[in-house]
Formats: sequence, C-alpha cells, structure tokens
Amino acid sequence: MTDLNEFQQEVRTWLEVNCPASMRTPMVADEVTIGGRDTTFKNPDTKLWLERMGNKGWTAPTWPKKYGGGGLSPQETNILKQELKRIKARVPMISFGLWMIGPVLLEYGTEEQKQEHLPKIVRGEISWCQGYSEPGYGSDLAGLQTRAVEDGEDYIINGQKVWTSYADKCDWIYALVRTNTEVKHGGITMILFDMASTGVSTRPIKLISGLSSFCETFFDDVRVPKKNVVGEVNDGWAVSNRLLQFERENISADVFASDEVFDVRKIAKDYCSGSDGKVSDPLVRDSLSKILMKDHALKLTFKRVMEGTKAGSSTGSTSSIFKFIGAELNKDRYEFAIDAMGQQGMGWEGKAFTPYQLDVAHEWLRSKANSIEGGTTEINLNVIAKRVLGLRDS
Amino acid sequence: MSMILSEEQVLLQDSAREFIKDQSPVSLLRQLRDEKDDFGYSKELWSYMTEMGWAGINIPEKYDGLDFGFKGLGIIMEEAGRTLTASPLLSTVVLGANSIVLGGSDEQKSTILPKVASGDCILALAVDEGPHHDPENISVEAKKTDTGYLLNGTKQFVIDGHIADYFIVAARISDQAGSLTGLSLLLVDKETSGIHIDRLSMVDGRNSANVTFDNVSLGASALLGEEKNGGDLLYKVLDLGRIALAAEMLGTMQQAFDTILAYLKERKQFGKLIGSFQALQHRAAIMFSDIELCKSVVMAALTAVETNSDDLAQLASLAKATVNDAYHQISNEAIQMHGGIGMTDEFDIGFYLKRARIAEVTLGSSSYHRRRYANLNGY
Ligand SMILES: Cc1cc2nc3c(=O)[nH]c(=O)nc-3n(C[C@H](O)[C@H](O)[C@H](O)COP(=O)(O)OP(=O)(O)OC[C@H]3O[C@@H](n4cnc5c(N)ncnc54)[C@H](O)[C@@H]3O)c2cc1C
Repeated sequence: MTDLNEFQQEVRTWLEVNCPASMRTPMVADEVTIGGRDTTFKNPDTKLWLERMGNKGWTAPTWPKKYGGGGLSPQETNILKQELKRIKARVPMISFGLWMIGPVLLEYGTEEQKQEHLPKIVRGEISWCQGYSEPGYGSDLAGLQTRAVEDGEDYIINGQKVWTSYADKCDWIYALVRTNTEVKHGGITMILFDMASTGVSTRPIKLISGLSSFCETFFDDVRVPKKNVVGEVNDGWAVSNRLLQFERENISADVFASDEVFDVRKIAKDYCSGSDGKVSDPLVRDSLSKILMKDHALKLTFKRVMEGTKAGSSTGSTSSIFKFIGAELNKDRYEFAIDAMGQQGMGWEGKAFTPYQLDVAHEWLRSKANSIEGGTTEINLNVIAKRVLGLRDS
Repeated sequence: MSMILSEEQVLLQDSAREFIKDQSPVSLLRQLRDEKDDFGYSKELWSYMTEMGWAGINIPEKYDGLDFGFKGLGIIMEEAGRTLTASPLLSTVVLGANSIVLGGSDEQKSTILPKVASGDCILALAVDEGPHHDPENISVEAKKTDTGYLLNGTKQFVIDGHIADYFIVAARISDQAGSLTGLSLLLVDKETSGIHIDRLSMVDGRNSANVTFDNVSLGASALLGEEKNGGDLLYKVLDLGRIALAAEMLGTMQQAFDTILAYLKERKQFGKLIGSFQALQHRAAIMFSDIELCKSVVMAALTAVETNSDDLAQLASLAKATVNDAYHQISNEAIQMHGGIGMTDEFDIGFYLKRARIAEVTLGSSSYHRRRYANLNGY
C-alpha cells in the first residue's frame, strides 16, 4: 500500500512539474494532435506535453518498458489516470496506434514488429490509420476486395479503402487485404505498410461537421514485404476482430472521458438556470438526469465488468454492449447540449459565437458518427443478439 | 472487488435460487390471489424462509439475527423477485427491521427484533399519504401530549399494512409540510385503539392497506430515534428499501427476460423461429444491455450500504430509477413478444407486468428519483 502511496506522490510531483498549464484547460478542437512525422503544433505546449508523457511511457502506461511503455501495474495505471483526471489534464494525443494496432501487436506481432513499431507509437512519432472499410463493404466488412498478391518476398496490393480516418495525415496504415478469393472470412490478412510507399494516394472527404478527417484511400501496385503481415496469412479476420474489440472499448472509454471535458451539467446551468442557480425547466432537468444517470450506470458497469474479468468471469461481447450504449449516450448528450443552448449552440462560424459554442455545434454533428464508426449500432445489436443471446437467423 | 459477489455470497445466491424455485413458484402467488388469502403471503413459506435465517438476515446476532449484511439481503430479494414471491421481506426485514436496528432504543430492539428474527412479528412502515411517493410532504400529525403523542391522519398504500403487528409511522410533530425537519418515526402497536385498517386489492396481488389513525394515543416510548429528527432516519431507511426493492425488481425483470428469450427460441411463424426476426433480435439485445446496467447500479448501491458510503442516497436513486425504466420496458415487451398468449391470465407473464407498475411507483417513480438525483447533485 505504501508503495502505491509513494507512487501517487511521485506521479503528482511529476505532473506538477511537467504538465503545462494550458494542458490543464478543456481541449479545443484545433489543438488536438494525432502525432506523427510531419505534425505541426498550434500550441507549443501540446508538443511539450506529448514529448514528456511519451518519453515517460505514460501514453501507454501498461505496455512493457522494453517497448517504450510505462510498465505500470493496473493499480499504478489507475493512480496515474486519477492524477491526470485530478488536474484535468488533456489526453496527450488521439492515437489509433495506442488504442488499436498497438494492443494487437502486443498480442499478435512478431518480436521485430513490436521492436520497430511500439516505441514510436508510445512517443507519438509515427501515426497510424485503419484501412478496413471499402466502398462496397462497410458493415459487411468480410466481403472486402482489396487484393494482395504474392511476389517473391513481397505482396503487391491493389484496391480502394474509404472512410479512412486521417489517412492523408498518417504515416502508416494497418490494412485488411484479401489473400484468398475462394473463401470470405478465411481469405483476409492484416498487413502494415508505410503510407509514403509508392502507389498509395488519398483524397479527403468533407464531413457534415465541415471537417475532413477521413479519406478515400487508393492502393495502386503497392509493394509490401511479407514480414509486415500481422498474425498468420488468411487469419486476418480473427486479428481484426480483436482489434475491433479494442476499438469499441476505446470509443466507449473515450465517451466516459468526455464527461469531464464536455460538461453537460454546466451547460444546463449556464443556459437554463433560474435565480436559485438550479435548472428551472423541470423537463430539461429530467433530461439532464437521464443522461447523467445513464453515464453513471455505464461507468459502474465498466467497473463491474473489469472486476469480473479480473476474477475470471466474463459476460462475453461486452465491447459491443459498451459501444452501443456509449455511442447512443454520447449522441444524446450532444442533442441535450444544443437543446439547452438553443440557437446559441447551433452557430456554424463567426464572432456572434464563442469558440466553445462553435465547438459544441460541430461536435454535435460529429457525434452522429459515434453509432456508425467502429461498427454501427445495428451491427452491435446483431452481435449481442447472436453471440450473447444465441438468437439465430433461421 | 466491490462489484462482484464473494464466495460466501455466491453460495447464498445458489441456495436461495434453488429454494425459491422449489418452494415459491409463481403458482403460489396465483393461488394466494385466487383464494383471496387472508394474509396475502404463505405462512408456510415464510416459516421456511425464517428457518433459513432470512427474517433476521440484517438483525445483529445479539438479537438472534444472522447479521449477514445488506448484500446478502439484496441477493435474497433478487432471487425472491424471480418468481414474484409474496412475503414480508420488504416490509418487515428491509424497512421495518432496519428502522429499529438504526433508530430503536435498546428496549425497542430487544422487544421487537428477536420476534422479527423468529418470523413472529410483521412490521409495516407507513409513509405515503397519497397515490405518489412523497416523503417530503408528510402531513400526518403527532401532537405532543403530557404522556406522549396523539396521532391523527391516514397513511396510504402501506405495504403489508393489514397484517402488521406494529406500524412504524412517519409523522410530523411540528413545522410545515414540505421539509424534513420536524419528522419523527413512531412505533405503534396494531392493538392500540383508534386504528382503522382497510386492506387494498392491487393489480399485482401483493399486500397493501390504507391505515387511519384516529386520535391514537401513544406513550413517549413510542418514539423511534430522536424527536423531530426522524427525517434522516426515515431517509436512510427509505433508501435501504429502494435499494432492496431495486434488487427484487432486478430478479423479476431477469426472469421476465428469460421467459421472453425462451419464447423467441421456441415459437415459429413463417416457418422460422420468431427469434430470427431482426426487429425482435434488436429489441432483445437492447433489453439485455439495459439489464447489464441494472445489475451494476444495484450492486453499487448494495455495496454503498455495506460501506456506509456518502454516495448512498445518490446510488439509491440511481438504482431505483434505472431499474424502474428497464423493468417497465421489459414488462411491456414481455406481453408484446408473446402475442395473444401474453394476454391470457393462464400464462404467468401478465403477473410480471402487473408487479412492474406497482414496484415502479413504490418508494419513488423514476421521475421522483431523477428529481432527487438532480437535487443531490446541485442542478
Ligand atoms: C467518422 C467515421 C470514421 C471512420 N473511420 C474509419 C477508419 O478509420 N477506417 C475504416 O476502415 N473505416 C472507418 N469508418 C467506416 C465505418 O467503419 C463504416 O462506416 C461502418 O462500418 C458502416 O459501414 P457503411 O458506412 O458502409 O454503412 P453500411 O454498412 O452500408 O450501413 C448502412 C446502414 O445499414 C445498416 N445495416 C447494415 N448491415 C446491417 C445488418 N446486417 N442488419 C441491420 N442493419 C444493417 C447499418 O447499421 C446502417 O444503419 C469510419 C466511419 C465514420 C463515420
């Protein structure tokens, strides 16, 4: 116990010294970083904060030290999280590397792959994008057609991906490709390659929120060494499902975190309170309670499932449950926010609105993707119905 | 590891589940209802439950109880809920016994608690005065007299009110309605003159009664806890009741859901199992997810009681509201997904719908608890 207390003290002191003051203020959209080779930082503190956390290994607190991680125990990781939360520290970066491909490499990667990629992910030196969805194959991902054909020690890759988040900004991609055309699920392989490879091109797509955070991605005779395959050839479906689990968990974990960053209670108080400082409209108050209570219940469920997993009992497919509830909750949260803020929360641009108000409006639009990205709500409900409840299609 | 059961608790759960399945099928409630049973619960079942120590599960060993802790009680409530077991668990073991354990004098404890533990004494907490749970606005009055109190007014929907040996009455000694101050809890023997009891027949077939106190004269020793400071005690006890009832409802809704799921895997239409229709699959998946949330809030609330957490009130409201809403939805789907057969009295599922609505409003509807959660969180 005293060891943990000491650790807590150590973390606290370190954060005191190393977390810049501006990194303890609510995140603003244009200061979010995904790291990577050519990143520029609007706020120099963002760079400093990422470097410091990365060098300490605390962007990936649980990963082994030999791969650049923090090597912390679950208890220590909790303490770190608590301390970060206490000072309202910003997440150092948004990273598919940390959340998705990293954990997968830890489980499926070769030693060489781990050595090469993990430390750079931890420090935010290389950013990653995810090449799964294709124009004809979204929910029905296993139908994907991007081809990888053997050529000596390499694969030659041809095809098109779509909705590839940050593809135009990322350094590397983990892609699902077809290595066997005879079978659907059993013909898929996960492979890693540099987005600077000859034959890779991207075209940004504009979102309803006005941002263009995702792209169409084209592969035209891209040459990739065979040693970049993750797991076994033709076993990509299992690998990608494992990754999707991490993704779903992270999307929901992200939603939990946003409680602090995006405070609906404060919005309600700021825009809808009466003279006693409480929300005056009983219906608004009731809606707010619904959201906060759902959030509370979801967090407790997260805790219960964690404890259950530690004790060796699992409900199964919990990531789908979290993804489904978390996504719908986050959409509700933004609907509540713009409802509470009224038209002041629906500004597109201009001086009549504060940056925060504009952020809310754009994030409200962005939140609609929560139930689409990483598996739609309907697909997650299918997973629960089939895998957990055992309901069959015939 | 506060959110999962200990080994000892798992054992209790297993034995409770077995026992309830064998001794308290839904047909027992049906029989009590059809025969308009005088007690509204099976005395035989209650004596078995007592033998297993359930009546005294929250009572200190000193007063012949088991002192097993509140999570143990929660487990029993959940299992009893699965088959809609009618018993004095909520009225006597949760609300009644805990009022006395928490607020009673040594004398009150030693006269009443051993009798509760042996199953020989039924207690009823008399709080509500209208169709909605509203403990903030209690107006039943206890006037101070030279020798004690004079109680006047009517309490409504008192759980097990017609079979209670003692009432624990929440009354106002002074101050205005609308505040917690000035409330006291009074322990009233049913034999005291001036008490009129009107048994109610409710849709769920469970027990409740309206109780009128007409110039009921009480000694000073009737007071439970401190005079005028009964509000905190009452709130604590109500929160225990809400949490235990939420546990019961959790069991009931899981059973209703299991029944739905079994039917989805059995009934065929258009040449296929109805569980293959995606419209039903998705609704089932949503219900399942809601139940997962309910398990967590109930567990967190039970834990909060055992650790005497500052969050108790908030978690009690969270648990009751969350469970209310999920059970509401599941009870409706339970009828709908069974089609015509769901509408028949012969099929048990209707009992689950009827119990749902009563349980939802008992000790606070969802809107009540969302309002309270807002108050507790200062918005
Ligand atoms: C913001 C954002 C970021 C994304 N980032 C990435 C990324 O980085 N990399 C990547 O590979 N992909 C990414 N995606 C793509 C995402 O994974 C897909 O959009 C998603 O899987 C859905 O596929 P689709 O768009 O083709 O929709 P479709 O599959 O065509 O779905 C259309 C509608 O039909 C429903 N539907 C489909 N099948 C069924 C079924 N069996 N039962 C019931 N309903 C069904 C869906 O739920 C949906 O409502 C991103 C998407 C968004 C919105």
